[in-house]
Amino acid sequence: MKHFQALGLGAITALGMTALSMLPASAAWQPTKPVEFIVPAGTGGGADQMARTLQGIIAKHSLMSTQLVVINKSGGAGGEGFLDVKSNKGNPHKIVISLSNLFTTPLATGIPFNWKDLTPVAMLALDEFVLWVNAQSPYKTAQEYEAAIKAAPDGTFKMGGTGSKQEDQIITVAVEKALGKKMTYIPYKGGGEVAVQLVGGHINSSVNNPIEAVSQWRGDKLRPLCVFDSKPLPYTDKILGDQSWSSVPTCISAGLNVEYLMLRGVFMPPGVTDEQVAYFVDLFKKVRETPEWKQLMKDGAFNPTFMSGDEFKTWLDGAEKTHKGLMQEAGFIAGN
Amino acid sequence: MLENFTYLYHGFGIASDPFNILLMAIGILLGVIIGVLPGLGGANGVAILLPLTFSMSPTSAIILLTCIYWGALFGGAITSVLFNIPGEPWSVATTFDGHPMARSGRAGEALTAAFTSSFIGAFFAVVMITLIAPLVAQFALQFGPAEKFAVYFLAFASFVGMSKEPPAKTIVSMMIGFALAAVGLDMVTGQLRLTFGVTELLNGFDFLIAVIGLFGIGEILLTMEEGLEFRGKAAKIDPKVVWKTWKTLPKYWATSLRSIVIGCWMGITPAGATPASFMAYGIAKRVSKNGKNFGNGEIEGVVAPETAAHAAGTAAMLPMLALGVPGSPTAAVLLGGLLIWGLQPGPMLFVEQAEFVWGLIASMYLGNIVGLILVLTTVPLFASILRIPFSIIAPVILVICAIGAYTVNNNVFDVLMMMVFGVLGYLLKKTNYPLAPLVLAIVLGDSAEEAFRQSLLGSAGSISVFWSNPLVSSIMGLGLLAGLWPLIGMLFNKLRASPQPA
Repeated sequence: MKHFQALGLGAITALGMTALSMLPASAAWQPTKPVEFIVPAGTGGGADQMARTLQGIIAKHSLMSTQLVVINKSGGAGGEGFLDVKSNKGNPHKIVISLSNLFTTPLATGIPFNWKDLTPVAMLALDEFVLWVNAQSPYKTAQEYEAAIKAAPDGTFKMGGTGSKQEDQIITVAVEKALGKKMTYIPYKGGGEVAVQLVGGHINSSVNNPIEAVSQWRGDKLRPLCVFDSKPLPYTDKILGDQSWSSVPTCISAGLNVEYLMLRGVFMPPGVTDEQVAYFVDLFKKVRETPEWKQLMKDGAFNPTFMSGDEFKTWLDGAEKTHKGLMQEAGFIAGN
Repeated sequence: MLENFTYLYHGFGIASDPFNILLMAIGILLGVIIGVLPGLGGANGVAILLPLTFSMSPTSAIILLTCIYWGALFGGAITSVLFNIPGEPWSVATTFDGHPMARSGRAGEALTAAFTSSFIGAFFAVVMITLIAPLVAQFALQFGPAEKFAVYFLAFASFVGMSKEPPAKTIVSMMIGFALAAVGLDMVTGQLRLTFGVTELLNGFDFLIAVIGLFGIGEILLTMEEGLEFRGKAAKIDPKVVWKTWKTLPKYWATSLRSIVIGCWMGITPAGATPASFMAYGIAKRVSKNGKNFGNGEIEGVVAPETAAHAAGTAAMLPMLALGVPGSPTAAVLLGGLLIWGLQPGPMLFVEQAEFVWGLIASMYLGNIVGLILVLTTVPLFASILRIPFSIIAPVILVICAIGAYTVNNNVFDVLMMMVFGVLGYLLKKTNYPLAPLVLAIVLGDSAEEAFRQSLLGSAGSISVFWSNPLVSSIMGLGLLAGLWPLIGMLFNKLRASPQPA
């Protein structure tokens, strides 16, 4: 089998070389030195996990001729990483993975950058958000939990989340608006910590991403009440008993009219050429075909939407407006 | 309990496979090299090598990566003792007595004591993991923000209470540390603090930059002033130093035992190895009959923090596996690795992946033994580095420091900051301000503030949250006792002295 693969690889390489020699020299751009993969978040979080998985997949399947090196630049809620990419005008050996802080960080902190300062490459997936409570708590459905929040005085229920004035708090504010009751929002450093604080009963609920809390669900420590998406998740693998991601109802159907998805996308510095962008779009298309990537999508119950080019830019424009609106309503814009 | 031992026995079978033993040796050696270069650190080392392990079985891969981690822990002690440059936050307390020992020609002893203590600390922590893994995971869940703050408070208090410098100078130094720790993003409000629009300050002051500057560069400046003479030069290299030191170590069994308990406890509560090492040093200094000599090269001052740090570092693996919460940046990268191999850390890992978990635990036993043998054989070699004339070694240290500072964030600004901290360290030393409280505040200030404010958010501003249950009250009580100990001691003496003339 090994020999066969090697032969196959050899043949492909030979074909590729022939093809290359026939094309004009400028046609296909290739990286000539290691590519830096900036993660504008700390080690161990969702973006970091995805970047390191991508690095692993690309290395394992030899999808790139040079190395991909993951570098964390998490300062200033990710501002450090985005500024680094923004200032590397025309450098094709640098890419950055984004999370919602692409929109929220400049609005909340005033750090000077905007997604339009970068070159959009592709949307890799959208990350879901789920409303979780402790499995010991009496709330079996989202409706029961909503009723309990409504019945109690303002600030009785504690919602834990990652960071401040970022996606988790934006969702919390939207939930508060929908219910007409205030909750106490407690920010933590990372999603894993939030899940454990919920298991320990130090907070009442969280809006963890699926991958951050799935193992606690499997261990019957946490209970998902509803997902903040317009339709239920498609994954039917059993997780606890006969429950699966697909059996979690949408929050909208449970009377909580909140919908939020988080971008997992890739960007390049400004001023790179179309060939250079096309190379990375093509690279990530190949990554999406690997079994490891499909497994990651399933494990984390991601929404595996892929977009590039103008379609992606239009989506970004819309998402930026949504975030601006949400943050303005919540009073999270810097300088207020 | 019994089935744990059956699993462990199988685990040893997996871990003692010759290929896995080879991986352990390679991992430890790589780790030591990574640990010796400040700034490169365990987290970066593991992250760089992570992709190499994708072709291995998960058990082999985690053995290689955890051994790099052990190696880096061992290696961190080398630079702390020889050059006063702690490579990791938890090595800071090791420099207090380790470096003075090296300067008086006892580097070999200090290194042997450090390595042996690390081994003992880690070993007992693994034994604890083996015996009471499920209980421990439950205990860790009790820790909310208030309990965490209480632990940090205890760390600060036990350190201040034992300081021999004037309390005013200790407090000034600690406050500078808190101010530096506040720079960057405020986690609770999501606003930038004290950055004055300077982009380089977004990330705040990294602990490593501060420590490499304050300790490493500061030390070089001081030595230069003293006439380019490195006193370690007089050190005789004695290959029997390991045996000689070992003969003296059993005397300190009480210190070791205390440090193991502190370390295991701090590792499980996800406070981590840094508060453990400071607390163990502080308490040893207060309790030991050689306490007055601490800071001038007392071997017990090396034993205490090293034992505690490594017991904590090892015990911290347990919450990572059982709860999925990494106790350190290195653990976070390892956690990423687990996910790529399709292993989901969390409450079900011990049930669903028993073979992997016990293989890992068995490899902790073997990896530590392999590590100890490897590093002890290098003691005479490393100690002999000090025989190189200072005029040659100083530029080399400077270059290593600069590379280390650069590697932390791949940023030239950090190298400049390191120089600034170097001058600050020199000035503070010349004016007799203690550096340790400053460093402690930089390392823990952020986390302590975060835990404090999270607690108050949860209690709607009521300070009674720190006395709201027996666990948090008893830790806070211990903290107050430790912080006020000098006062209590004075009162006690007065009370005892006054009745006599009467």
